[in-house]
Amino acid sequence: MNTTARRESYDVVVIGAGPAGLAAATTAAEAGLSTLLLDENAGPGGQVWRAIASTPVTERDHLGADYWAGAKLVEAVRSSGAEIIHRATVWSLDRNLEIGVSLGGASFFVKARRVILATGALERPFPIPGWTLPGVMTAGAAQTMLKSSGLVPDGSTVIAGQGPLLWLLAAQILRLGGRIDRILDTTERRNYFAALPHAFAFMTSPYFAKGFALMRQVRAKVPVVSGVTELAAAGDGELATVTYLSGGRRETVPAELLLLHQGVVPNVNLAMATGIEHRWDDLQLCWSPVLDRDGNTSVEGIAIAGDGAGIGGAEAAIVRGRIAARAAVEALAPTAAARLAPMATFRGALVKAERGRIFLDTLFRPAPQFRIPSGDTIVCRCEEVSAKDILDAVAIGATGPNQLKAYRRTGMGPCQGRLCGLTVTELMAQARGKTPQEIGYYRLRAPVKPITLAELAAVPKTDADVNAVVRG
Amino acid sequence: MFKRSDQDSRRSVHIVVDGAAVAAREGDTVSAALLASGRDVRRATAVSGAPRLPYCMMGVCFDCLVTIDGVGNRQGCLVPVAEGMQIEIQKGKREIGR
Repeated sequence: MNTTARRESYDVVVIGAGPAGLAAATTAAEAGLSTLLLDENAGPGGQVWRAIASTPVTERDHLGADYWAGAKLVEAVRSSGAEIIHRATVWSLDRNLEIGVSLGGASFFVKARRVILATGALERPFPIPGWTLPGVMTAGAAQTMLKSSGLVPDGSTVIAGQGPLLWLLAAQILRLGGRIDRILDTTERRNYFAALPHAFAFMTSPYFAKGFALMRQVRAKVPVVSGVTELAAAGDGELATVTYLSGGRRETVPAELLLLHQGVVPNVNLAMATGIEHRWDDLQLCWSPVLDRDGNTSVEGIAIAGDGAGIGGAEAAIVRGRIAARAAVEALAPTAAARLAPMATFRGALVKAERGRIFLDTLFRPAPQFRIPSGDTIVCRCEEVSAKDILDAVAIGATGPNQLKAYRRTGMGPCQGRLCGLTVTELMAQARGKTPQEIGYYRLRAPVKPITLAELAAVPKTDADVNAVVRG
Repeated sequence: MFKRSDQDSRRSVHIVVDGAAVAAREGDTVSAALLASGRDVRRATAVSGAPRLPYCMMGVCFDCLVTIDGVGNRQGCLVPVAEGMQIEIQKGKREIGR
């Protein structure tokens, strides 16, 4: 394993080796720019193509054609000339385009002339009663274990929530011989009507046929309960039961494993800590960066591509990666841009890839009760702060997420708000009668992933660095 | 909670969890190996001591924190297993110096 980057500076540094990052790094490197691709995982692929170079699942149709499509991009980046470092955690990025990287317990810095953030998405928090119990996980967590280790549920298992990933995961678990006892669909009925005007665009998108085929496969083997509300997990020290309301009836089912999913949202921590402007997206109900059509952010020299730019899916992420990289090439080496496909081609491909997205966003818009909890339900998993704790803090004067830190330490644990930030914003907005945009978000700062003080202290220093802090 | 697929033909890797030998597979993350082991691998939180298991498995939730080869608070879901790796389940806060 390498312990540092080969160079101190690069034309382009791409952060994240999912669809957008792989496409961006390949495009930049093929145009002849010195390119570094940094990724936190052990291999390329991001979440969608996780473990694509190492998965033990050898039956190709078990993971599906969309998964294996990633192999081509991995091959392309490997022959592109881009330098790739895995297990590299980027913990800092500043306006000078200096990047702090932790690798194998030691940190180093690299400089870039352009940075493309492709840090992707994470699953939207699903704060229901009991969601911190052992045995409650995200659907994405189960899919990660399935792809990278060939692990599938074998005890009593309930999947709850909504969205395309939920059905894909269920189909994959069944193909691999795993167990699912019940699927609890939380899609609100009114969403079907709201989504109807966008149905035509969706029906002409590639997602339509695939989505319905998956749902049919799953429904043939697993009981599906629709219109689920008041979902709760319970147990003493570990998950024992899942309770829900459907059609006016309350049901409790035994479960060893509950997999939750209500869509994905941009992973904003690194971008926000860099000072990149974000706005509240009223349709996708999350923070999205303010970008121009090439993916450039409010910070000079930094672009964002992929789901971190607003959720668009893997196909759109690939194209956005190519657009951001081509824009970087145009800026740094205009003559080399001629080697690449014209920008107009990419823009056309993006329109096609994004077709039907509004339909999915509207249909699978999570219900308020699953986004804005109440009472003793934990909001901040790290510091174990409940919805009631937060409302109490609002009642005595906490005005927004940053003041709330002083009252309750929300967002100050190791996850740095990734699992509570959206909930805190929406909860406080509701309590104070304001919009999420007015309430705002945590002020994020580097290091965006925890590193030890020893690691920070061991970073190589120049004489100037030392003189700046040494007394007399 | 989880079982391994019959398709999995990866080599075995042996790790030690709280002093007991556990068979993992090459390419497993520490968290995946722990969940596949069938052992009680719940950690206890630093704040209240509540039991937890990994939640997201992709590096964002920090519920997989574990002591690996004497270094505390590692994200088990991001670290691949290695032969002879020493794992300790964390109960409560991380201790000074590890």
